[in-house]
Amino acid sequence: MHLQWQKECEVEDMKRVGNKITIIDTTCRDGMHAMAHQFKVDDVARIARGLEKAGVNYMEVSHGDGLGGHSINYGFGAATDEEWLMAARKELKKTKLAVLFLPGVGTMDDLRMARNCGVDMCRVTVHCTEADITKQHVKLVKDLGMQAFGVLMMVHMVTPEKLLEQAKIFQDYGVGAVYMMDSAGHLLPDGVRARVSYLAEKLDIPVGFHAHANLDLHIANTIAAIEAGATYTDGTHKGLGAGAGNTPIEVLTAVLKMYGYETDIDLHSIEDAAEDVLTPIIGNNIPHIDKVALTIGYAGVYGSFALHAKRAAARYNVDARDIMLECGRRKVVGGQEDIIIEVAVELAKKKAKAVD
Amino acid sequence: MKKAKIAIIGSGNIGLDLMFKVMKNPNLEMSLMVGRNNSPRLQQAREMGIRTSDQGIQAIIDEPECCDIVFDATTAQVHIMHAPILKKLGKITIDMTPAGVGAWVVPSFNMEENMDKDNINLISCGGQAVIPIIGTISRIVPVLYAEAVNASGSKSVGPGTRENVDEYTHHTADAIVKVGGAKKAKAIIVINPAEPPIKMHNTVFCIVEKLNEEIEAKIVKALNSIVDEIKTYVPGYTITTPPQFDYERNLVTTAVEIEGAGDYLPKYSGNLDIITQAGVRVASAMAERM
Repeated sequence: MHLQWQKECEVEDMKRVGNKITIIDTTCRDGMHAMAHQFKVDDVARIARGLEKAGVNYMEVSHGDGLGGHSINYGFGAATDEEWLMAARKELKKTKLAVLFLPGVGTMDDLRMARNCGVDMCRVTVHCTEADITKQHVKLVKDLGMQAFGVLMMVHMVTPEKLLEQAKIFQDYGVGAVYMMDSAGHLLPDGVRARVSYLAEKLDIPVGFHAHANLDLHIANTIAAIEAGATYTDGTHKGLGAGAGNTPIEVLTAVLKMYGYETDIDLHSIEDAAEDVLTPIIGNNIPHIDKVALTIGYAGVYGSFALHAKRAAARYNVDARDIMLECGRRKVVGGQEDIIIEVAVELAKKKAKAVD
Repeated sequence: MKKAKIAIIGSGNIGLDLMFKVMKNPNLEMSLMVGRNNSPRLQQAREMGIRTSDQGIQAIIDEPECCDIVFDATTAQVHIMHAPILKKLGKITIDMTPAGVGAWVVPSFNMEENMDKDNINLISCGGQAVIPIIGTISRIVPVLYAEAVNASGSKSVGPGTRENVDEYTHHTADAIVKVGGAKKAKAIIVINPAEPPIKMHNTVFCIVEKLNEEIEAKIVKALNSIVDEIKTYVPGYTITTPPQFDYERNLVTTAVEIEGAGDYLPKYSGNLDIITQAGVRVASAMAERM
């Protein structure tokens, strides 16, 4: 009995130490989507300096689709993952360097490269029903001496029960935390609460939540997740990210303070980073809820499709929203950017027929 | 003509689907199914009147005359052990795993030049789907870079592939270069859990050395004829996006979808069907020459 009680306390401790929230800044990963992966090495170095100064826990740096995402399908970066990582590494001391990795897109060679660049943590990321393709990768990340987190994407598509089953696979493989990503920015706060509270209660490891702004619910959803037991979350400078973007880390820091949560982030420093470092780099490219992003949130489509759909829409003279809706109907998942072309070609054909 | 006698090692999805296809093929005779102890699929084979063994490769060593051709539907690691044994026994081996020991073959594309080989490797499901396209283009104009994105239905991706996703991407990319003739390649695999399950979908991107209207016309014509050839052994192979030509980037993009024949596996398992169809195609062609 006593042992059981002690064990529960330990689990409790692992989940939440006081009111402390750990934050991953993913400006140089999710933000890559908004930049068509065109951050220069020097941009990454400057953002890293700002994050280190502000005391952010982790800085995630990779192609938007994770290590090895450089491709025709997802777009080639302005630099290699290795160049970006080395640039960030030089600037970081307290802030840990992280990468995102999708099995099937990147390979284990990319993980070894990351370790050689001095990466501290890797988020091994899959669609929310496919955790069992990550076994070899989680093992390698750990064998290489990096921290491994598991990430489930597009979590609006399945129930809390299914998410728990998948999160437990990650837990069995030995990850240090499991993140849920609302990749489409489709969840309402109730949906976030239901998922996070269920996993936070049933897992032995901490739970994280990653929001998107397509329905303007990113802050509300992040707070809902934290209130429901999440201890990890993500943000980006100015909310730079796929679709309408992510949770702005500077706003999140302020809101968390107001709620009485602790973070390691200095508010003024992170405001400076967002405003003085990022704004000159991105110019007018500040994410906002345009009609394509709104359709993504409304229809529940993978957020990083936005730019690709806009390009295809322009090329084939069709409406990007129709592309998104058809992608939603086909239940495509993250990584299937190639379907956008197929859908655009079909829509153009239909349109030509209608004109005839 | 005498039928070629067939043994299959491995009683998983691939092994059973092969068995059904061998039984339907006029050039082949199903002789022995070798599987794991007490496997329900082995039982199923017995009920269909097929002789079975649970002795692994030893079953072939003990009775080499039971077969002319052996399909190895185990795993890459196991095939690496099997290959020298089967060679010594003088058997033609068709390797369904990504071990890649023998000649890498895509029937519609490079089977004829490999008919004298005693170990045929069928690369991967994605390789079977995209190499004919990439190879056809590279015979017309040099392909500087090829990229293949494979999406398969979650239900059709078995535990072997799930534990070895990297094996798939590496082996497929290597084969796109070695067999398909691209200078560089990348393979991507995405697993999609939609219900009803999606058919296997492959998008192929090729950056070519140059592009003009003459090359475009040649590519369109050659792709149509290779697809007709593939359809003779994989009827469910369909182009879903006709070739798109981007003159700014010298980029050719096309996509295909594969519906399975539904022999043992459900029709959505086009990813498995294309490789078992390819295997039986090679065996059947070899039988004709025995």
